[in-house]
Amino acid sequence: MKKILYSQRWAPYFFIAPFVITLLGFWMVPLGRSVVMSTQEVLYGDATFIGLDNYVRLMGDRTFWKAMFNSARYMVLTLALLIPIPMFLAAVINSKIGSPRIKGFAKASLFVPALTSVVVAGIIFRLMFAETDSGLMNQIVGFFGFGPVRWLRQDIPGLIALLALALWRYTGVNIMYFIAGMQSIPTEYYEAASIDGAGRVQQFFRITVPNLKPTIVYVLTISVYGGLAMFLESFMLYAGNNSPNNQGLTVVGYLYRQGVQENDLGFASAVGVILLVVIMAINLTHLTLSGTFKKDRR
Amino acid sequence: MSARGVRSKHVLPRRLFVGVQATFLILLTLIVLVPLVAIFVGTFQDGNDVIRNGISFDVDLSTLSLDNYVMLFTDSGLYFRWFLNTFVLTVAQVAGTLLVSSFVAYGFAMYDFRGKNAGFIAVILLMTVPFEMMMLPMYVMVNDIGLADTYIVIVLPFLAAAVTIFFFRQYFLGIPKELLEAGRVDGVTEFGIFFKLVLPIAKPALAAMAILNGMIVWNNFLWPLLVLRSAEKFTLPIGLNTLLTPYGNNYELLIIGAFFSLIPILVLFLLFQRFFVAGMTAGALKG
Repeated sequence: MKKILYSQRWAPYFFIAPFVITLLGFWMVPLGRSVVMSTQEVLYGDATFIGLDNYVRLMGDRTFWKAMFNSARYMVLTLALLIPIPMFLAAVINSKIGSPRIKGFAKASLFVPALTSVVVAGIIFRLMFAETDSGLMNQIVGFFGFGPVRWLRQDIPGLIALLALALWRYTGVNIMYFIAGMQSIPTEYYEAASIDGAGRVQQFFRITVPNLKPTIVYVLTISVYGGLAMFLESFMLYAGNNSPNNQGLTVVGYLYRQGVQENDLGFASAVGVILLVVIMAINLTHLTLSGTFKKDRR
Repeated sequence: MSARGVRSKHVLPRRLFVGVQATFLILLTLIVLVPLVAIFVGTFQDGNDVIRNGISFDVDLSTLSLDNYVMLFTDSGLYFRWFLNTFVLTVAQVAGTLLVSSFVAYGFAMYDFRGKNAGFIAVILLMTVPFEMMMLPMYVMVNDIGLADTYIVIVLPFLAAAVTIFFFRQYFLGIPKELLEAGRVDGVTEFGIFFKLVLPIAKPALAAMAILNGMIVWNNFLWPLLVLRSAEKFTLPIGLNTLLTPYGNNYELLIIGAFFSLIPILVLFLLFQRFFVAGMTAGALKG
């Protein structure tokens, strides 16, 4: 016993044991089981092997493709909004001139939405996007002479509400990422550029953006799978997993519906496997390209 | 001087820039805070009205009352129970996660051993697999082993948390190996070195991860939603969600309850801002 306590050869295995146990017990075993289950029809605990039928059914399932489309659309649009906007705001907040107090206050306030749970944020946005004349958003569009809009009943207005929620919750977080990235850019670059006569806008595009590449790649990765795995935002906004015409249904929402609400575990597992394959493919590509694996082999 | 002369041709005069910047940031801040102000105002309105008509700018001041507050403190059902549950669960899970994850991270940071690279690649991959993909098989497993509706199963799978392990590993890599050698010379065990020498100097990392994990656990929704069955075991987010049904008549409680659930995390944020940011941006520069 004493020997083991002092052994540098055995100690690391004890240290990483909790991770290995978690990995195997809580992630690998269920994952393996999920793959097996995706080839079965599971009814009241009785599993019958049906080969690839679940996948065949999935491919011809309109609702699944709608969910896929919704998730992909949401992912692409959140990328388009949640990278350039926070990057610009980070540059404004991180600029050397201006009141540090106002900038500090703005930075903190913009981060606050990230602290709210999706449940609370969803409740608030649901109430702001109420379809009556008196709802906050309808008052705003009414002010400009439009509406009232039945926000959560129609596809595009519903998507706008969902994107507004995402923008509200994650802009501050992404600003923090970009500020952290900007602070690691050597100030000499900017000094040299201003001696050469480059203006602020030029400096932003020629120095800031290229040097932020690692941060951009990171934000891109977490946003890609965050977007594809989105479920709770829609679940809260539509007060459940059933939106009109499935306009807010996402892949994870479909998985939840089939697996938990309809208890069709085999089919839901197939949905999960497909999504996992998509996300792993994206992540592996990204991690390989960005050299993460190489770095750790060194 | 000449540099400035050249620059001013291309950009706004400095003072105008400062003014525009300040106005812009203040406006933006106001817009971002609107939803929070709206729900705060909502706590004084009639809950059924709010649910029917939505939150709005158009508030009839004469209808505002403290009724919701009275209800919250006199007839709130299980609300404070949920609050307490969430608090206890958050403290327990954060403490456990910090301990277990830093323990694992230490192994990866300080030793060379067979299988280290494979193990660490597993950490990175796990970091990039969203929990949503795993929830169904885990849910099935939990049901099978009869651990549904227990807190153990909410906490246990996330004690060795990949993101937290990654963060601690980065931190430990910066600790000089001489410290460990000194401990060994003094006859401290390998585990003693970790607990007595390394953990005490890792306080900033522990603080950052405590805050980040605290925020995640306080707001945790999906996994408890799947696992918990009995109302008296619910956490705040789950409890609030049950109030949001078309059949309920507890809307007063929903609005004010949602608002009150924000308060602990907001207070924590105001006190420990920099740790939130340190935790959030932990992995951002490594990609």
